[in-house]
Amino acid sequence: MSLHIKRGEVFALIGPNGAGKTTLFNNVTGLFQPTAGRVVFDGRDITGSKPHQVARLGIARTFQNIRLFDYMTCLDNVRVGRHVRMHAKLWDSLFKLPRERREEEKVTDEAMELLRFVGIAKQANHYARNLPYGQQRRLEIARALATDPKLLLLDEPAAGFTPQEKVELMALVKKILTRGITVFLIEHDMKVVMGISERIVVLDHGEKIAEGPPDEVRKDVKVIEAYLGKSA
Amino acid sequence: MSEPTAVKRRSLMTRLHLRERMRDRDQAIYGILILGALVFPLATLFITGGSTAYIAQAAHAGTWVLLAIGLNVVVGFAGLLDLGYAAFFAIGAYTYALFASSQLGSSPLHHSFHFPFWLMLILGMIVAATFGALLGFPTLRLRGDYLAIVTLGFGEIVPVISYNLPDWTGGINAIGGIDKPWFPAWITGPWAGANSISIQQDSVCRNPFAQTQFIPCFSFGFDQVAYYVLIVILIFGAVILVTNLYRSRLGRAWMAIREDEVAAAAMGINTVTTKLLAFAIGASFSGFAGAYYGASFGLVSPDDFLFVVSITVLVMVVLGGMGNISGVIVGALVIYFILNTLLPSLASNAVSLANTLGLGSIVASNGTYPGLYNEVQYSQFLIFGLILVLIMLLRPQGLFPSRIREQELKHAAVQEEGSAVEEGVRV
Repeated sequence: MSLHIKRGEVFALIGPNGAGKTTLFNNVTGLFQPTAGRVVFDGRDITGSKPHQVARLGIARTFQNIRLFDYMTCLDNVRVGRHVRMHAKLWDSLFKLPRERREEEKVTDEAMELLRFVGIAKQANHYARNLPYGQQRRLEIARALATDPKLLLLDEPAAGFTPQEKVELMALVKKILTRGITVFLIEHDMKVVMGISERIVVLDHGEKIAEGPPDEVRKDVKVIEAYLGKSA
Repeated sequence: MSEPTAVKRRSLMTRLHLRERMRDRDQAIYGILILGALVFPLATLFITGGSTAYIAQAAHAGTWVLLAIGLNVVVGFAGLLDLGYAAFFAIGAYTYALFASSQLGSSPLHHSFHFPFWLMLILGMIVAATFGALLGFPTLRLRGDYLAIVTLGFGEIVPVISYNLPDWTGGINAIGGIDKPWFPAWITGPWAGANSISIQQDSVCRNPFAQTQFIPCFSFGFDQVAYYVLIVILIFGAVILVTNLYRSRLGRAWMAIREDEVAAAAMGINTVTTKLLAFAIGASFSGFAGAYYGASFGLVSPDDFLFVVSITVLVMVVLGGMGNISGVIVGALVIYFILNTLLPSLASNAVSLANTLGLGSIVASNGTYPGLYNEVQYSQFLIFGLILVLIMLLRPQGLFPSRIREQELKHAAVQEEGSAVEEGVRV
């Protein structure tokens, strides 16, 4: 199977449980080494790169089962995301050189801006683990955005959301698009997928069974089969 | 009438940020510690009538504080369980001992070195950091318990090597006659009890540039106050450096790895080099402490770096409050006090207490009963264990656990956010 994501679009990957959606994310972000195939990003072959190298190149992600830094404040969570765009060396930090101070101030402001962007600035000094579920998802997105990604991978961002939260999430994704970031998401909730994505790929047993705009995919016989089983 | 005084009081309080500082627990602890460090030598000199025994003990406790601060970087910040931390302490101490004594003269090298202490302090740090990185390199792919076992092994190897290389390390006989720290000169005056201000050079030291020659100098010798001042300054510097790291890009990366290594990597943190840095920096403080230890005692023996040292430092860190520098310092002082003052004097104190209470019968030995003194003496470590269990039951996160820094609340951006919300409410 092969898929192409265009710059500036919202691209969705759907498929039944165990289809291999998250595995694909893990392969792209370097958490797993693919046994075969290639990952090309921005004209560059990044197959087999380490996770931190992938992040540096501009791919950020969130996790299906939220993975925040629990015992760090929300502000620090986002500032960690900024890590890869910072330049302070060991000596700068050890002796708090003016350069490092300035960078820290800048990063703190940027982190606050991102917290405001996702709407949880008031919780900046709370431990991440103390946030309600929906805000944890938002914080994870803010942390990913802090890495200045060109491509943002969202792994089931709406899982466990109320209908109201889903609407807010869709608005947030649209806001992210306006920052010039391409969004690639895995999602089970069809309303969300159909509502925000421009193109959809359906994956089943590691194979692509359909690709196209939401309306086409919705009517695809193979897709219906994969989700509901073959009618007798 | 009351208005001017109110204004005056407020301006004084705000000028010193006293109220905020007192409310911030960590700052309050630092304040008490600094005050204590200043008052302690004067108070004990006054009370004991000039005896420096307590000051010597406090300086020794300072070594442990340095060790605890260093181990806190590895265990508290980066979450890497290191059970062989004493190895780096040994490496620092041996580095100083070998290059600042006559030891290498009787080794197969047949040439002894006498590098000055101040140089060796840095060198001990660098050597220990190098060994930290060397140990870290093959082992940091391991996690949790597995890493702990490997570091445990390393901690065992280092003393065993020094036992078994008598040609180089003196083996069981230890390295003695280690050079004392010295300054080229020292200024003395009325504040030190002298009649007039003069330059003090009370000793002779090896010329660092021509080692066979001796030059007049001011030597620390066995002046316990000098060592005390030195260790307080070293700890002060270490606290500033580690606090800076804690509040930096690197400190956040360490904590991110501690919390979730996969997520940290996905956020662009190179987990291997970041963990290596934690190991190397943690080890460098231990090497620092080791060089000081060798200089202040003048004797370095493999017995000083056994497993129990690693465990004691770990207990200090965990009990003080992992990840919180001020808590770890308090933890180190508390454990040192329990181990070196409270427990050894417990038996004689118990006897005198029993005597004053008129319980002479339980003091005397009787048949199989060894007497109160011996009974308490035997159960010293039982009592130590009970104290540890009790502290951990009462404060499971340690004495002063790390918590959100309150001064961050005062960050401009947050304040701005708060006022924006208020405005929103008003509208």
